[in-house]
This record gives sequence, C-alpha cells and structure tokens, in this order.
Amino acid sequence: MPKITVPLGPQHPALKEPGSFLLCLEGEQIVDATLRLGYNHRGVEKAAESRNYIQAMYLIERVCGICSHAHATAYVTNVEELAGVDIPKRAKAIRVIIGELERLHSHLLWLGVAAHEIGFDTLFMYSWRDREMVMDALETISGNRVHYSMNTLGGVRRDITAEQVKSVLSKVEALERRIKYYIELATEEPTVIARTKGVGVLPKDEAIKRCAAGPLARASGVARDTRKDDPYLIYNELDFKLITSDACDVFGRLYVRAFEMLESCKILKQVLNWLPEGAISIKIPVKLPPGQAVNRYEAPRGEDVHYLKSDGGLNPARVKVRAPTLANFASVDYMLKGDQLADAPLIIAAIDPCISCTDRATIITPSGTGIMIWQDMRAHGIEFYKRKGIDFSKVKVM
Amino acid sequence: MAKPLKAFGEVLKNLFKKPATSQYPVKKHTPAQHYRARIKFTPEECIGCGICMRNCPAAAIKITQINPQDKPQTLPDGKVIPAKRKFKCVIDLSKCIYCAQCVEGCPKKALKSTDEFELAAFDKNKLQDEFKHPDETQK
Ligand code: SF4
Ligand code: SF4
Repeated sequence: MPKITVPLGPQHPALKEPGSFLLCLEGEQIVDATLRLGYNHRGVEKAAESRNYIQAMYLIERVCGICSHAHATAYVTNVEELAGVDIPKRAKAIRVIIGELERLHSHLLWLGVAAHEIGFDTLFMYSWRDREMVMDALETISGNRVHYSMNTLGGVRRDITAEQVKSVLSKVEALERRIKYYIELATEEPTVIARTKGVGVLPKDEAIKRCAAGPLARASGVARDTRKDDPYLIYNELDFKLITSDACDVFGRLYVRAFEMLESCKILKQVLNWLPEGAISIKIPVKLPPGQAVNRYEAPRGEDVHYLKSDGGLNPARVKVRAPTLANFASVDYMLKGDQLADAPLIIAAIDPCISCTDRATIITPSGTGIMIWQDMRAHGIEFYKRKGIDFSKVKVM
Repeated sequence: MAKPLKAFGEVLKNLFKKPATSQYPVKKHTPAQHYRARIKFTPEECIGCGICMRNCPAAAIKITQINPQDKPQTLPDGKVIPAKRKFKCVIDLSKCIYCAQCVEGCPKKALKSTDEFELAAFDKNKLQDEFKHPDETQK
C-alpha cells in the first residue's frame, strides 16, 4: 500500500492550540509521526530578565492560562529560596487550596475536551457546566477566574475569610457528587469505553524511557507525583492517595484524572477545615543575593520545573521553565504509531497538551528553513549581539 | 462493566432544568468581592514615590508631577518650605492587566481597584484613563 503523509495542524479544527503533527499513513493506520513545535513562542523567559522579581511573577503567571498558579508558585518558591525565607504556614495552605482548585478546574476542562474528541458532546457540556462551580470558587477567593494572582513574593496576597471557606466547601461538596457521577459515567458507558480502551497505548517501560510526567505517566503505572516524591508547601501533612492505573491507554488517563479529582476534593476539605492561623505573607527584599534555585511543582499536567538565577541585581538573571507538556510530547509519536488517523486528535488530547506552556524555544535559521544545531544557534546569538555593539573581546567563546 | 444508556437519566433530568448560561449582557453581572478591574486614582493622596510605576508589570501607569515650576517658599524667618508637589495619573487601559499590584504597593492608598469591567472602546485614545489633579483642572 502506498504511504501518504497527512499534516495535522498547526491550524486544525481538532487541535485547540497550534502544534504540527506530520502523520505518515498506510491506509487509515498511522505508521510514523513527526512533531513540530514553536508556533506559540512568546519569549517569556527572556522578557522576565528585563523585569524586576515582582513584575516577572505576573509575567510567569501568564505562561499558561490554566496552570497559572502552578507556574507562579514554582517561580515564587525559587525567589523565596534565594531570599532564604520560610513563608507562613497559612500562606502555604492557601497556595495548596488554589493549587487543588486549579487541578479540579483543569481536569474537568480536560474531561470535557476528551469527551468532545470522542464525540460525546453531552458529557462535554455537563462537565464544563460543572466546572463553573470551581471557577466560581476561585473567583470567590481570588477575585478572578483565570489569573488568580494569589501569590506574591513571600506569601499570598489575599486572606480567606470564614464565609469564603464555607461557600467554597459547599461548592467542593457539590462538585464531589458530580465527579462521582462522571466517574460512573466514564467507566461504565460503553461508548466511552469503546473509544478509549486500547487507544494510544504507552507501556510502562516506554513511559519511563520517554520521561513521561503527570497523569500520562501515572496512567502507565508509573507512581510518580511531586506532591508525594518531593513534598512542597504542606503536602507532607495531607492525606491523599496517588492514583495510578495499569491500563496504559486513553482510558487509563481518563481514570487517573477522574479519581485524582476526588483526591483533590479530599485535600481541599482537609485544608479548608484546618486552615492554620497566622500571617499570610512576609517581606522579601527587592534585591536577592546571588545564587540559583530549582523547584518542582506538580501541575495538573505533570511535573513543572522552574529554574531561577540571581546575580544580585534587581532583575532575575535567568528564568527557565520546563512545562510538563514538553516532557509528555516525547511519548506522543510512540502512542500515535499503529493507531487510526481518526484517533489522532484524541491521543494528542489525552496528554492534555498545553502548547503555550511548552513553546520555550523557536528555531529560526537565517534562510528560514532547516534546523539549526546548538553551536550554530550560539554563533548566531553572538553575531546578533555583536551587531548591537556588544563587545565580545573579553568573553571566552567556546 | 459496560452499562449502556448511562447518561440517559441525566439528559432527561436536564430537560426540565433552567439554562446554566448566564444572560449577560441582558442581565448585569455582579463580580466577586475581590474582583480587580478599572483602577481609580486619588490625586490628593499621592506623594509621587513611584512605587506603582516601578512594579507595574505592564508599564501601564504613569504618574507625573503637574507643578515642577513651583518654587520653594522662603518665610521671613529664613525657613524654607518646599512647594507641595502635585501629581496626576494616566493609566493605559489597553496595557493594564488589572493585577492590582499598584494598589497593593501604594503606601498612601492613592490607588483603588473598582469592579468596572466594561472598558472596551472603539477608539484607542479613549483607553487612556486620565486622573487630573483638581488644581490642574482649574487652570
Ligand atoms: S493593575 Fe497592574 S497592570 Fe494595571 S496599572 Fe496597576 S500594576 Fe499596572
Ligand atoms: S505608589 Fe501611590 S503614592 Fe506612590 S506614586 Fe504611585 S499612586 Fe502615588
């Protein structure tokens, strides 16, 4: 059978964000897949270097519209580590509350998208309607639905009042009932099972080899969760289960995310009922001592790694973000191979890709085509700064 | 265990429910308590420290002194009183990300967050939100 290559994206109705997938088909079956990223590069890391620490926090919050709290928290944790301060416990608890609400909101959103991709639009509508409860809870606490801006250097910006606790608790309880219904629906409805079982298989050894993160790894039986492996904030004091599944397919990913939502509700109820008293923030100096810090945060999509370097000045010297989707993209081509073309959008959606998080670098060659290797890119960068009049005579160029 | 028609009961129930969609803009929306929208400036309070400008992530706020020409007064007994500095403020609504960092950082509480969120305009010039100092308006 002759092979044909079908491009999926960068602009495609089945994809919510620009990513390009070149699928090589034999009939309906995908035999090879190539991935191209870089359509959504915004230069956030570089832009952060020209802002002071507090300005950069608002910028980093906007790396992603869904994991905005995840990125901001990972960043401020680095700042606090460099400043050598330990923030008040109440601030940590509030960060956990927002973080878990964010996970609920992200997983419900994913459930809707996945339902839409398998053609079950009723579930899509219902899950998005119920997601409004989380959005309302977030709005009650933080004032906004998407960019909560709860973090500040050294704590959180707003306290949670007793009334807010009550209203959020009632929403979490209502949501828990709905999530239980969705779990039933997603695990028992034959159409969902037929569309997700055996689709996009990623065996455990392959998941480990390809450094899969978050729900993708856990759905392949890899028990990996930063909240358990390297507890931050107050996660070591909380009681929750690490959800894994041995299904290794899209169904497993659905299962893991659905049960993780229940765990998030459990965490929320614990923290809201035992909110520690005290201050919500402490002062952080405008200038940080020179040094570097790396921190990990379990974002809804997986492990989010942030690096921060300070040279003692007003602005960060370097900010680096490794979003979970970048780790998960390495598994996508493997999962696509052997599956049907019609399943491609579902397989891609099953890692819950966030392209705007992921696009950290873009490769521009002078001619506009081809790939630039690291050495060339470095030489290109030096050439670029030389043209701007920067003196390289004292710099050792390797 | 596969059980068909799992969603059927839910679908029937929802037939008799009120729509979940909120009827904005026909019905007005009331934002939450901490909602951050248009920033208001009180010129009498401002001391011109510039903290708001320094920390604004979007470079959207500009505080300018309106009376740099005013000279310090010398009293008969030789004491010098510096001229009272007066400031006006312009916020570029097209740049502002409504984070309210400026409100938080202001030592004199000269800035406040309001819940006016319907700020769209057809003319970009209308997005320059200017707060004049009362003395400037009289001139
Ligand atoms: S709300 Fe934020 S973006 Fe807007 S003027 Fe204030 S600090 Fe700047
Ligand atoms: S921070 Fe407040 S007092 Fe200082 S310049 Fe801005 S508005 Fe004026």
